[in-house]
Amino acid sequence: MEGLISLAVKAIFVENMALSFFLGMCTFLAVSKKISTAIGLGISVTLVQAITVPANNLILQHLLAPGALAWAGFGDVDLTFLALISFIGVIAAMVQILEMLLDKFFPPLYNALGIFLPLITVNCAILGGSLFMQNRDYNLAESTVYGISSGLGWALAITAMAGVREKLKYSDIPEGLQGLGITFISAGLMAMAFMSFSGVKL
Amino acid sequence: MAQTYRDMLVDPMVDNNPITLQVLGICSALAVTSSLQVAAVMAIAVTAVTGFSSMFISVLRSQIPSSIRIIVQMIVIASLVIVVDQVLKAYAYEISKTLSVFVGLIITNCIVMGRAEAYAMKNPPIASFVDGVGNGLGYGLILMMVGFIRELFGSGSLFGVTILETVNNGGWYVPNGLLLLPPSAFFVIGLLIWGFRTWKPEQVEEREYRIQTVEAH
Repeated sequence: MEGLISLAVKAIFVENMALSFFLGMCTFLAVSKKISTAIGLGISVTLVQAITVPANNLILQHLLAPGALAWAGFGDVDLTFLALISFIGVIAAMVQILEMLLDKFFPPLYNALGIFLPLITVNCAILGGSLFMQNRDYNLAESTVYGISSGLGWALAITAMAGVREKLKYSDIPEGLQGLGITFISAGLMAMAFMSFSGVKL
Repeated sequence: MAQTYRDMLVDPMVDNNPITLQVLGICSALAVTSSLQVAAVMAIAVTAVTGFSSMFISVLRSQIPSSIRIIVQMIVIASLVIVVDQVLKAYAYEISKTLSVFVGLIITNCIVMGRAEAYAMKNPPIASFVDGVGNGLGYGLILMMVGFIRELFGSGSLFGVTILETVNNGGWYVPNGLLLLPPSAFFVIGLLIWGFRTWKPEQVEEREYRIQTVEAH
């Protein structure tokens, strides 16, 4: 249990998806102009991440890992090279299913998240989460915790960024630095602030 | 065709750069640039994937039903990335360890998808290939510039060869440790964008709010 809590803290703060691995940067920079949309996107990323990382973990352990197909008589088959293509397939399918379920059972949430859900398929934070899970050999419990908390960390970062940008648009910035340039620099300053978490252990 | 192949190669490098103007593929641009060698490998990998995926998608473009085109594009790209990943593991194992998940993340690199969707679906294979390579090179150019700055000033070397002898090795150069840390990539790219846009003012974004100048009486 302690291991899981420390993993969660690490995934939210120390190894923040957006600010220390730069995952999901495209959406991080493009959709962080308003706090309300940033929160919506953050919630959807957390939701998708919480489902796909454990799902991919199950697929990896029970279908792709060396020896996983022993029950079917293929004891020495190693399919891990197919991990990439099956992860992205699972993510695309999960996003689609989630979209349909939300539409049917939680229409208000669906309307709020609407346009962001399809975008999430190509958000590198999601695929990155699954790849890190594979790289670090998480088990099912660890990957569930990692999925949820890395999503939360990303949501935290994009919300903070949107807050900074809402204030920033009133400031007097040199012409060439306008827009993208200053966004990069402020993201850099935020990343530095997040770096002060490094070394924190629970 | 109005554009020559040369234009198609050069245009995405400066005038229409995928990173500084179209804001695509930022994730990996930041993460893999702490040394020039890794940045170069990444640039080559992305260029290869963008070029070939554009070509294959363009070959298939009249066969792909438009309702499932995203999935088809995804499959083509993912297969190419698997090939690149396996090649790297076989011939450059150390570098593929350093790149870790970022090779896999080429799949979700928006440049690849973006070119497939915006160009390859409408144009013949050879033109699409050139367009893909051009965009890959434009991305690689920025990657190499950032890698050059970060490695030269961060550890005093280029491609692992010492250029500025650091103090630790009895030289004179005190390396700037900040440049090896992730946040510096944001600053370097932010400043590069500033430079690019000062050089080419037509790329500057419109402000949402202008400071009003009041004339003195």
